Amino acid sequence: MSRFKNKEKRTVPQPPSGSLSDIVFMLLFFFMVTTTMRETENKVIVKLPEASEIAKLERKDLSSYINIGTPIRSLQAQYGNDSRIQLNDSFKTVNEIRDFIAAERDAMSEADRSFMTVVIKADESTRMGIVTDVKQELRKCSALKIMYTARKPAEE
Amino acid sequence: MGKKTPEINSSSTADMAFLLLCFFMMTTTMDQDKGLQRRLPPMPDPNQKVEDQKVNRRNIIIVKINSADRLLAGTEPMHVSQLKDKIKEFLTNPADDPNLPEKEEIEIEGFGPCMVSKGVISLQNDRGTSYQAYMAVQNELVKAVNELRDEWAMTNFGKLYIKCDEDEQNIVRKAVPQNISEAEPKDVSKK
Repeated sequence: MSRFKNKEKRTVPQPPSGSLSDIVFMLLFFFMVTTTMRETENKVIVKLPEASEIAKLERKDLSSYINIGTPIRSLQAQYGNDSRIQLNDSFKTVNEIRDFIAAERDAMSEADRSFMTVVIKADESTRMGIVTDVKQELRKCSALKIMYTARKPAEE
Repeated sequence: MGKKTPEINSSSTADMAFLLLCFFMMTTTMDQDKGLQRRLPPMPDPNQKVEDQKVNRRNIIIVKINSADRLLAGTEPMHVSQLKDKIKEFLTNPADDPNLPEKEEIEIEGFGPCMVSKGVISLQNDRGTSYQAYMAVQNELVKAVNELRDEWAMTNFGKLYIKCDEDEQNIVRKAVPQNISEAEPKDVSKK
C-alpha cells in the first residue's frame, strides 16, 4: 500500500489561481481607463491624409464629428459612391449640419459650449468643394473651432 | 467561538472579469484623434457694410491651390516642398525687403517689446482641389510657423517651443503669430 501513496505524491501540485482574477481585473481597469466608448459606426470609408505637424485633441467629450467620404461598400448600392457627409449614424446633407450642431451644443453644459470643437474627418481623396460647403455652414452657425484630422506619416 | 464562515468559491471571478474585459475591448476604441486645429473666421454681419479690409499689399501672401492640385504661392508656381521656406522667408523678412511684410514693435506681457511680423497667409482653394493636397499645404504652413516658433524660443529662452512652460509658450505664440486665413470660397480656376 505504501508504494501507491508514494506514487500519488509525486504529481505536480496545481499552481495557485487565486490571484488570477486580480490580474484580469487589473487588465480590465487598464482598458476602462485608456479607451473611450465607440459612439458611432463609420458609414463612410475614411483614409486620413498625412500631416506631420499634428496636435492631439484635448477634450474628446467636447467634440462632434463630421465624417466625409465615400459610403462603405455594403452601402454603395444604396447611396452610390459619391462623397457624402455622415453625422452621427446616418448620411446627411449640408443643410442638416445646422441642426446637428445645435443638438450637439444643447447636449453640452453652458460652460463647455465655447470649447466645442468640430472634428472633420475627411477622406484624402475628397474634393474640397464639399469640405468648403461644410466649413461655410459651420461658420454660419458659429462653430468656429475645427480640427482636420490627419495621421502621422509613416516613418521611412 | 462562533461558527466559521465558509470561504466563498472565487475560482469563477476570473471568468467574470474576462467577460467584462472582452466586452470593453469590443466596445471601446483606443485611437486618439490627432490633427490640425484651426479657427474659422466668423461670418461677416450681413447688415454691416462690406468694407475692404485695408491690409497692406506687402503683408499678405496668397497661396492658391487649383483643381489639379497645383500650387501658386505669391506670384510663382511651386512645389509643396518649397512652400515652407517661402513662408519662412515671408514671415521673417530677414533683409527688410520692402516687398515682404513689415514688422511692428509690440509690447508682450511678461517679455517686453518685440518685433512681430504683420504677415498674413491667405489660403485659397478650388472646389476641385483634393483634400489631400489641401492638407499637405496646410501642414507646410503650420510647419513653417512651428519652425519659426522653435527658432524664436531657442534664441530667447534657449529651448524648443514644446519644452517651454505655458507662460513662455504664450509669449512665443504672440511673438510668432499663426495668421492663416482661409478665405471665402472662390473659384480659382476662373480669372
